[in-house]
Amino acid sequence: MKIGVITYPGSLDDRDAQRAIKLAGGTPVPLWHASDDLKNIDAVVLPGGFSYGDYLRCGAIAAQAPATKEVIKKAEKGLPVLGICNGFQVLVEAHLLPGGLIRNEKQHFVCRDQRLHVENNNTRWTGMFEQNEEITIPLKNGEGGYIADEETLKYLEGEDLIAFRYLDVNPNGSMNEIAGLTNTKGNIVGLMPHPEHAVEPGFGPDTPVATRSGIDGLRFFQSVIGQVVG
Amino acid sequence: MPKIIVEIMPKQDLLDPQGKAVANALKRAGNDIETTRIGKRIELHYKNQPTEKDLEKAKELAKDFLSNSVIEDVVDVYIEEQN
Repeated sequence: MKIGVITYPGSLDDRDAQRAIKLAGGTPVPLWHASDDLKNIDAVVLPGGFSYGDYLRCGAIAAQAPATKEVIKKAEKGLPVLGICNGFQVLVEAHLLPGGLIRNEKQHFVCRDQRLHVENNNTRWTGMFEQNEEITIPLKNGEGGYIADEETLKYLEGEDLIAFRYLDVNPNGSMNEIAGLTNTKGNIVGLMPHPEHAVEPGFGPDTPVATRSGIDGLRFFQSVIGQVVG
Repeated sequence: MPKIIVEIMPKQDLLDPQGKAVANALKRAGNDIETTRIGKRIELHYKNQPTEKDLEKAKELAKDFLSNSVIEDVVDVYIEEQN
């Protein structure tokens, strides 16, 4: 399965996402923000980091990039799209997911291993999780506070469109502890924490079993590929 | 250069950390100021004097791209008079 990863000017975790796709058994395809050629990919990841200096608003300019415009068109037809951190901000700015992301409640950049509650395992990117499973993947953001108006929150709760919620602490003041969202078709998932940083033993979050052994992020990519490797 | 000005403010009920920090500094300096809020002024520069049609287009851009209605309000979009 060919999974594209778009590199924007300022992307940091594009290579990590490519590596995660490879570890999950897929074929990563590097894509460039300024080209509208998505190279016949079967799914796409919008990576974390920054984009265009995050001028105007985080993800706002990236939402207008030629590659993103193509992603919007194909996402509406069902292309699986995963937006991580800045990629989540791009999805929100591109109106593929509702609401907005603002500066963390306490104004600080937060970097921690974050426990999450799987709220919806009926999406293209979460199918390999158990419903209500608790997972741990790294979180690192300065502008991850999710906000939406009351009507939108009611819609998200009612239609079961919240994919992940923060457990233990709400690291950025997100409304309803929202860490990640999906759309009604389940092909689009956006989240602030970084699954691509928890895919390989020795480099993931600590677990009760061993330090840095957490690989909960791998199943995001395995879910879309639809196979378990190793 | 002929300009259209777009003014954007963070929504009233949202925390504006910049405004809060600036207000604290102003108060500390003895000013009788309760709060400040900080927004954006965006200048769109045109080769020729903008028309009403340009203004309509600028209003659309202000709503769809220059601001995000979830977190911001477009306060004003206007053609700046040349002196």
